[in-house]
Amino acid sequence: MLDAFGQPQSAVVLGGSSDLAGAIVDALARRRCKTVVLAGRDEDRLASAARAAKTAGAERVVGVRFDALDVADAVRAVDESFDAAGAVDLVLLAVGVLSAERDELDPARTAEVVTATYCWPAVALTRVAARLQEQGYGRIVVLSSVAAVRVRRQNFVYASAKAGLDDFSIGLSEALRTSGVVVQVVRPGRVPTKMTAGLPKAPLSATPEAVAEAVMAGLESRAQVVWVPASARWALLLARFVPQWLWRRIPG
Amino acid sequence: MPDVTGERLLCGWGRAGATRALLVSPRDGGEIASLFSRSDFSRSGRGGMIARGLGRSYGDAAQCAGGTVVDTTAHLTGIGEVGPSGEVEVGAGTSLDELVRQTLHKGWFLPVTPGTRHVTVGGAFAADVHGKNHHVEGSFARHTTAITLSTPEGEHRVSAADDPELFWATAGGMGLTGIVTSASIRMLPVETDRMLVDTDRFSGLDAVMAAMEEGDERHRYSVAWVDCSRSGRAVLTRGDHARLDDLPPGARRPFREHPVRPLLRAPGHVPNGLINRVSIAALNEVWYRRAPAHREAELQSLWHFFYPLDAVADWNRLYGASGFLQYQFAVPLKRGDVVALAIRELSRQRVPSSLAVLKRFGPASPGPLSFPMPGWTLALDVPIGAEEVAQCLDRLDDAVGGAGGRVYLAKDSRLRPDLVPIMYPRLAELHEVRRRVDPGGVLRSDLSRRLGLD
Repeated sequence: MLDAFGQPQSAVVLGGSSDLAGAIVDALARRRCKTVVLAGRDEDRLASAARAAKTAGAERVVGVRFDALDVADAVRAVDESFDAAGAVDLVLLAVGVLSAERDELDPARTAEVVTATYCWPAVALTRVAARLQEQGYGRIVVLSSVAAVRVRRQNFVYASAKAGLDDFSIGLSEALRTSGVVVQVVRPGRVPTKMTAGLPKAPLSATPEAVAEAVMAGLESRAQVVWVPASARWALLLARFVPQWLWRRIPG
Repeated sequence: MPDVTGERLLCGWGRAGATRALLVSPRDGGEIASLFSRSDFSRSGRGGMIARGLGRSYGDAAQCAGGTVVDTTAHLTGIGEVGPSGEVEVGAGTSLDELVRQTLHKGWFLPVTPGTRHVTVGGAFAADVHGKNHHVEGSFARHTTAITLSTPEGEHRVSAADDPELFWATAGGMGLTGIVTSASIRMLPVETDRMLVDTDRFSGLDAVMAAMEEGDERHRYSVAWVDCSRSGRAVLTRGDHARLDDLPPGARRPFREHPVRPLLRAPGHVPNGLINRVSIAALNEVWYRRAPAHREAELQSLWHFFYPLDAVADWNRLYGASGFLQYQFAVPLKRGDVVALAIRELSRQRVPSSLAVLKRFGPASPGPLSFPMPGWTLALDVPIGAEEVAQCLDRLDDAVGGAGGRVYLAKDSRLRPDLVPIMYPRLAELHEVRRRVDPGGVLRSDLSRRLGLD
């Protein structure tokens, strides 16, 4: 069960081998989380994430394989994860593929980015919502991005897909308001991870540890949107009103 | 079939962690039996069942996510005639408020009352609640002569003499041994509805604790309010029921009308953070300055003495949407240092905690999960959302457990499960009884799942 601080005793992590997910699982396992289901694509990376989760204090860690390009398989992946966990207190969705400028005119690559970042997560979240509603409680944390708030030229394929997922999650959060299931969207600034390796350091950047801490505080407050860093909220509020001719000139 | 209210989102008094369950209101034990006989209440399947009264437990004790919650307040109510020795049969869903209103003017008062009268008799027994008179009178179950208990294995009339295991496992058992449908309570005879109260102010924790050790025995009621933000300055109030000849000669009406409505009601929507360090410090200052340094034998209304917070309806909303929790623990008499540690730690974390309530407990009841133990208990409200509080409370849990103390389950919403058997070393006795009356593991709550009690 979740405690009064929103800390789970069991968690399903979709995208369990990502750096961000790793930092969050670490923080959860150090507190109350004893059962962790890590679902992801790469077996080796899942195995090392599982070892890290155990080191942090998880007692039971189960791996589930899925491929985010296989949308038809999303329901199976969610069900297998839930069945492995027993009762699920928290579902963390950390699935996505970053796009680069060189990809943007490649239809196949666009299909991949959009599928893995929006389609698969949306389908999976729909199934997660149904399973949690059946339980009568649960928490869903969706990793979005500040990039989703106002799309930039540099990674618009990825950012637009995240924007879709972000809006989807807010809509889901509203739809589940009286169900006992709470949906929270986390919007981190650019996080230096293996996805962004080689890119220059951006303003409003957040470390995986900072994201994990913000998620812990968010679990406690049950805020619908969690910004990392917190100041990003105001920067992005401003960004919404910046005219496009100026927006395209802002570096970063 | 019982009235089905429908699927409802239910939370505790602290308003954190609401979960959804089917709310039903059975009329009698027979209807509860029909609920128990439903096949979908297996341990593995969806479901589970727990009783709920007025929802005054701070945490998740009266919730059952995805299962069935039995509301006792709709039909399982009623108050019988008070017998010559004070015994009265009361429906489990009857509130202590109702019971006091019906019996006080006839010269009877609750033998034990918690800080609010808006709890049910069933809940008071299942949490084995205590009051300001614990040091002399013990907890609620000690004044309960028998209960009617619906279990998956049938309905039982249980007294401490006939079936001590079941009776005492139910006292403090948080509803995990069955659904109490009625109880026979031995009321306390009183001559008036007023109290004779002594008030003393202390500048530090040591002084107030010493005063309580020295003088508590001379009073039926004793409790201290401690200001956590200021190194434990405290106001100690002790009192006894006023006798008829304690009243001023001109005004010897023993029982007066009491207004039914609370004085104030908290607004429906309050922003988070209204209760913060500044507002709390200001309140605590007013409270301390208002108290006299020493005053004896002041006549106070019984309602004011026992239920100051009941004057503000829905005061729990003042903490905003994030909600709050109450941390209450008990430690043995010699471990007053843990009380000091808790106050020091929480003030160092700059937790905007309102006044903490300090009380000296008398002998424990025989219930394996009954909270009170001989020693000190400290209770304080903590808003959710203050930084680092969760870890701070975890550290305090370790200190409490290490000192041979325990955390109160009726208030808990965050205890680490592995500490439960340390704090309640007789937990196995509850399991033993549960194997007898609930072999299928039907009775469970969010609390029991979170703490691994079921």
